Amino acid sequence: MCSAVAVKPTPGAPTRPQRRASWWESLRPRIGCGVYHSTYADDMALRTTTASRLRLVLVSVTAVMFPFVAGDYWVGEANRLYIAIIGALGLNILVGFTGQISIAQGAFMAVGGYTTAIMTVTLGLPFWLSLPCAGLTTAAIGAIFGVPSLRLKGLYLLIATLAAQVIVEWLILRMVWLTKGPNGIYGIKPPAFGPLEFSDRRAFYFLMLFFVVIAILFAANLFRTKIGRAFVAIRDQDIAASVAGVDVFKYKLLAFGVSSFYVGTAGALQAHDRLIVSPEYFNISVSIEYLGMIIIGGLGSISGAIYGAAFIRLLPTALSLMTGTLGLAGTNVGVLQQAVFGLAIVGFLIFEPHGIAKIWRDVKDYFKLWPFSY
Amino acid sequence: MSQETVLFLQLVISGVAIGSIYALVALGFVLIYKSTDVLNMAQGEMLMIGAWISYSLIADYRIPFVPAFFMTLAFTSLLGLAVERAALRPLIGQPIISVIMVTIGLSIFLRAMVIAIWGTQYQRYPSPIQDSVVSVGPVPIPEVYLWSLLVCLLLVGALTLGFRFTRMGIAMRAVADDQQAALSVGISVRRVFALAWVISALVSAIGGMLLANIQGVGIGLSAVGLKALPVSIVGGLDSIPGAIVGGILIGVLENLSAGYLDTPLGGGVREVAPYVFLVVVLLIKPYGLFGKERIERV
Repeated sequence: MCSAVAVKPTPGAPTRPQRRASWWESLRPRIGCGVYHSTYADDMALRTTTASRLRLVLVSVTAVMFPFVAGDYWVGEANRLYIAIIGALGLNILVGFTGQISIAQGAFMAVGGYTTAIMTVTLGLPFWLSLPCAGLTTAAIGAIFGVPSLRLKGLYLLIATLAAQVIVEWLILRMVWLTKGPNGIYGIKPPAFGPLEFSDRRAFYFLMLFFVVIAILFAANLFRTKIGRAFVAIRDQDIAASVAGVDVFKYKLLAFGVSSFYVGTAGALQAHDRLIVSPEYFNISVSIEYLGMIIIGGLGSISGAIYGAAFIRLLPTALSLMTGTLGLAGTNVGVLQQAVFGLAIVGFLIFEPHGIAKIWRDVKDYFKLWPFSY
Repeated sequence: MSQETVLFLQLVISGVAIGSIYALVALGFVLIYKSTDVLNMAQGEMLMIGAWISYSLIADYRIPFVPAFFMTLAFTSLLGLAVERAALRPLIGQPIISVIMVTIGLSIFLRAMVIAIWGTQYQRYPSPIQDSVVSVGPVPIPEVYLWSLLVCLLLVGALTLGFRFTRMGIAMRAVADDQQAALSVGISVRRVFALAWVISALVSAIGGMLLANIQGVGIGLSAVGLKALPVSIVGGLDSIPGAIVGGILIGVLENLSAGYLDTPLGGGVREVAPYVFLVVVLLIKPYGLFGKERIERV
């Protein structure tokens, strides 16, 4: 075998020389299906088409302008949505990208929430220290509960993580000296960096926006690195991955760690949003809710985690608005919400297993190829 | 006998009794998993629906217990059929997380439906089994537990014989072993799947009625699904005797740990002990005590 492989251009095909794209070229609308990358810069870009860049600008402007236009209630909802997005991203890294099913999301959020609560309230430490500590503690605990994944797969791993959920919940209830047991810890302060306080809902909004952007960028780039590729290889076929030289156990633990870091951070931010942590915020229905988010949004997709979190977070509000306008005021919204949530999970799995992310992609493709769709 | 031994025996015997109920529920998990490779997380809800239907038939429609019992079985087997046809069949061949999530989605939906129909109130189950207490050695045991042990043994016997000697039972085992091979010898895999869900629904309805005797009928009944999950895993998800052994093992373990460790550890050990035990068993034997090991090929 020769070491240098020369690619012979197919006769007749236009050659594509390496060159830098000038700025106007990057703005030029691309016609036809597929995306042709003619430069390395193009190939490395997260956004490759003009339309997607335009959408990014639109979304960013909307996100920044939102708190100036929306009322208090909606800003609060958005804050909760952003926290959910961070949590769902974390879970999707583990379940959607690495293929390790976990139902311990609630427990990991609890570890993050309680870490920051204990550090700021009991020990009086500042937020900027407690937040990364919450993430790191959760990452460590997540990695510990990831150890069974060495031997367990699929169903059996799911049950092992269920055990993690039950055990952590029990510890929180019983370690009263540390966690105050069923009462929970209250009096958590809003985030503050020295004199800079985020006690106002709108100020808090921008802090959350900042964290969400970091979380999304990190996740999007993670799957372009060696580590991220190893995660995906393990999901697709772990035996094949190990044959190809991926240290399966190491990367599984790493996936548990990275995912739990996200989840713990989400739990900590949630604690600073609600200003209280107590066991019922972190029970198994939280785990199921987050699993529902990534299923509905799209497994193994960054944008899927965002859509799914939005779907689940906005569902109660949408339902109560709908029952209000339809004149069904007597309906038990909680029950209706549960029923719709259950049906949505079942429906998506049957009719669109790749979730909202796939639906969105189909819609885009339809318009991109119109009128010659095939 | 010293007081210590009496306490010990008491814990063990009542543990066996509780364990027999767990075993019954775990049997529902095993029956479905064995032939269809699906872990039905909605088992607890199906059990609760069985209990509620029989409650309605007896208390609201004034039907005597025995016909009500059979009508309940008919209703729940229809439910099992419907669930299999509507939710599980489209997912044949999908990754395991989809299949599990569909049953979790179902469990949420079914629970919401139960609340919408019957509310969240607990009701006393109108049962033909008396509240009397039978003493086994030095230990008084409520009669219900003996019934559940009896029913459990009967069902396991019937299922074991059925799997071994009937045509359909052999077909079910064949499907469990290899779906492709079963298809190629002319077994209708679809019918086997439907049958597995019906049998499992029947078993869990019976379990629901027995459990309702103990706890009353209410939304909390479905929680036994989560309790029986470690049982079926410890025993091995594809082993019928495993469900029985696991059930009794976990029942006894729960009682012993609650009896001896609750005071030093501050209570609630009953909830967590089965899961700790589960993790230990899984780390040593990843397919449970009696489960069949799967060999994976790339």
